[in-house]
Amino acid sequence: MIVTARRAAGFCLLLLLALLGNATWLMAHEADAYDHMAGNRRPQIVRYQQERGDILVAGRPITGSPHTAGTSDLAYGRNYTDGPLYAPVTGYASQLYGATLLEGVEDDLLAGTDPRLGAWPVITAITRRRSPAGNVATTILPAAQQAAFAGLASTGNKGAVAALDPTTGAILALVSTPSYDPGRLAGANKATRTAWTALDTDPDRPMLNRALRETYPPGSTFKVVTAAAALASGTVADPDEPTTSPDPYPLPESRTRLGNEVSGCRDASLRYALAMSCNTVFAKLGVDMGAEVMRRQARAFGFDDPKLRIPVAVTESVFPRNPDRPQTALSSIGQFDTRATPLQMAMVAAGVANDGEVMRPYLVERLTRGNGSIVHTTDREALARAVAPPVARRLQKMMEDVVTTGTGGNGRIDGAVVGGKTGTAQHGENNRAVPYAWFIAYAKADAAAKPAVAVAVVVEDGSADRADITGGGLAAPIAKAVMSAVLAAR
Amino acid sequence: MSRWRRRETAAGEPLPPTRRNTELLLLVFAVLVPVFAYANVGLAMDGSIPPDTAKYGLGLGFLVLVAHILVRRFAPYADPVLLPIAALLNGLGLVLIYRLDLETPKVQAAPSQLMWSAIGVILFAVVMIAVRDHRALGKYAYLAAAVALFLMIVPVFFPAINGAKVWIRLGPFSLQPGEFAKIVLVVFFASYLATTRETLMMIGRRFCGVNLPRGRDLGPVVAVWLASVGILVLERDLGTSLLYFGAFVVMLYVATARIGWILVGLILIALGAFVVGSAEPHVHSRVQNWLDPFASIHAGLGAGQLAQSLFCFAAGGLLGAGLGLGHSILVGFAAKSDFVLATVGEELGLTGIAALFVLYALLVARGFRAGLTAPDPFGSLLAYGLSAVLAIQVFVVAGGVTALIPLTGMTMPFLAQGGSSVVTNWALIALLMKVSDRGRRPPAPIEEPSLLPEDEEVPA
Repeated sequence: MIVTARRAAGFCLLLLLALLGNATWLMAHEADAYDHMAGNRRPQIVRYQQERGDILVAGRPITGSPHTAGTSDLAYGRNYTDGPLYAPVTGYASQLYGATLLEGVEDDLLAGTDPRLGAWPVITAITRRRSPAGNVATTILPAAQQAAFAGLASTGNKGAVAALDPTTGAILALVSTPSYDPGRLAGANKATRTAWTALDTDPDRPMLNRALRETYPPGSTFKVVTAAAALASGTVADPDEPTTSPDPYPLPESRTRLGNEVSGCRDASLRYALAMSCNTVFAKLGVDMGAEVMRRQARAFGFDDPKLRIPVAVTESVFPRNPDRPQTALSSIGQFDTRATPLQMAMVAAGVANDGEVMRPYLVERLTRGNGSIVHTTDREALARAVAPPVARRLQKMMEDVVTTGTGGNGRIDGAVVGGKTGTAQHGENNRAVPYAWFIAYAKADAAAKPAVAVAVVVEDGSADRADITGGGLAAPIAKAVMSAVLAAR
Repeated sequence: MSRWRRRETAAGEPLPPTRRNTELLLLVFAVLVPVFAYANVGLAMDGSIPPDTAKYGLGLGFLVLVAHILVRRFAPYADPVLLPIAALLNGLGLVLIYRLDLETPKVQAAPSQLMWSAIGVILFAVVMIAVRDHRALGKYAYLAAAVALFLMIVPVFFPAINGAKVWIRLGPFSLQPGEFAKIVLVVFFASYLATTRETLMMIGRRFCGVNLPRGRDLGPVVAVWLASVGILVLERDLGTSLLYFGAFVVMLYVATARIGWILVGLILIALGAFVVGSAEPHVHSRVQNWLDPFASIHAGLGAGQLAQSLFCFAAGGLLGAGLGLGHSILVGFAAKSDFVLATVGEELGLTGIAALFVLYALLVARGFRAGLTAPDPFGSLLAYGLSAVLAIQVFVVAGGVTALIPLTGMTMPFLAQGGSSVVTNWALIALLMKVSDRGRRPPAPIEEPSLLPEDEEVPA
């Protein structure tokens, strides 16, 4: 009986080992998946266990966290001042639907679970001690944000604005319309569900952050990139020399003949072509340089980077891979499959304005503890060198001509030097859909040595006549308002 | 001469150490750990040590001290590890229940659990004092069978609670007679197998390559087993059914060494589980839930109990959230009883769970050891059976809440809320200690004169 008893004891040991093995698998391997599984309320409870940290604009909180004791197991809620205005910055923190944008990316800090909030981060990470919530200070300039929001709202159209400080990369305005009030999604009651369903099924997609998460064909604003490539590669040695450009331009290997909206584009100089937005000149330049040169130049401005974080993820802007020659021609004037976010086009203007250096865009100035001490400050760093400074200065002159003598007259600001580029991007089958009106620009106060602001504006879906929708008409006044607001604040 | 003072046996050999002081030292830890845990809960949840920490510590200490003194008096050579582990598990269970009580201000379970623990220690005392020699129990095999059957049948006449007919309600108390029945049933199995094992091993017919015993040898055992399983299926409590059956098979194998019967047993158990699992709706839903714990989430109904339990374990990770800092109350109903392990998982982490499993493994190992040293087959089988019952119960409960096997409603021994369970397990520990005491005790001249040759020499 001793042998069989030992075997039976071994069997019991096996049972307990099976339990231990299963527990290890569950708690060490599967844990992460379960922790974030839908239906697990822990992330929500943790997020609202204490007063949630604030998102700050110009030192002033634009969020709040009221105590909601007694109504649910979540102790605190979330509310927003000027919710629709700042929704593209804050995103939402919902007790039912998770958190997005800054609310999502900085959730650990705002919820107080970020180990960096503690005095000894490593020990805090092990002991899981909670700290009072931290705050997120943004780079947003309220005046610029309001100007952009009011300007877009007055058009009544969908659209987006992104504005940067070209010398630092700090994002000054980030607007998307139509917008929504994230406060409506904050709760966990029936009204929250109703609001969610309404917003989620709205054909205008108000929850889409068009400044960061939507890519548009950049149209003629992309000609700045093509011009940069032409000058940097030496294809055009002098922007005032006439180019060899037919008008209309027969696309290579195709029967299509590309025309212009304006006259005087035959053999026009690069300067004139940019000022008057000659399609033919830039399309031919793109073909002459080749897709690879174009692509490299686009990448130098920040295109083709799927990993850009501000720290919110930004959708990748793309120059098409391996286009054939007619596609290269169209891609070089911002059509075909060239697509860019408004932030990316603001980076193009900023790169030119900042003497060719594109700064890494950032939305978070610093992260602080509840008492104001600093957890993290965002470093200013160069993202890429787009063009050499001499080339950049030539491009600046050309973009300033767009505003003084060309299509961008509506962007002019008294007391400041403004460089810009208009764009009207066509899209849809046979280009029949309503075009997008673009304007990208930068502004430098007359007395200042450095540019103060770069901006990109896109307005979708004009209600006016197709011919009327040009970047100069719809988008430039908004850009002007944003830039004026920044200049006034500096 | 008092036998408590003796340092040598009648034959002049030195006495083996009783190891009672080892037990006392371990008991100090077994009381201190829950007291610290209790203070920890208060500090974590309110920022202050609970005002009744000292009272709680003294209460637990008193119960344990009483048990220890009784052991010194009535089972001096008993295994010194069994009582401390039982005390530690019971104490930790009280802390866990108290901690969950703080989340449910309207339902307080810790006071009654403390009362049941006291009753458990009283039963421990009764076994210690009344059962002078465990071999006496072997004489009551058929009485034990009758009592076990009665205990199992009684709940059928009471209304089902939460889908299972395993409770009887007496005023404010609800009892689970099936818990008590498990010890009585093991006593019967041990007694019966101890007397018939020789026959069962030797005599039989070969059938399909398996040695089958004669009907009259195995008849009574199979009858009792069938009856118990049948009743349990009627009561819709698969967990306890599995427990009895497992204990039965283990004891049968240990007694007869016939592996063929184990195979038959496993086939029977698989067949029974399949039939019950697909036919009986209460059990069927448990099986479905085990196969896909997250089905209710995908169906938009939120997380079910098992999913919540898994979330608890996942949230615990390696080191746990810390006592009082988890959200295991999300499990909802039965968080303090069947699912108490989820709180251990979330708040003490994998480290705590592993430590807990090791404690149970030690308890089981020590039980088997008591069986190995027992002087008689009945004592051995009794110890093996009780240890197997413990191991299987832990496996069925812990496996259920961690989705290793389908969930069945049972309680973690000593840890979970449940009066019947705590009381029964204290009695179980007392029996194991009695058996181990008998195994390690040197031949006692005063206790049993008939066994001593020198007594016979006196009148000569």
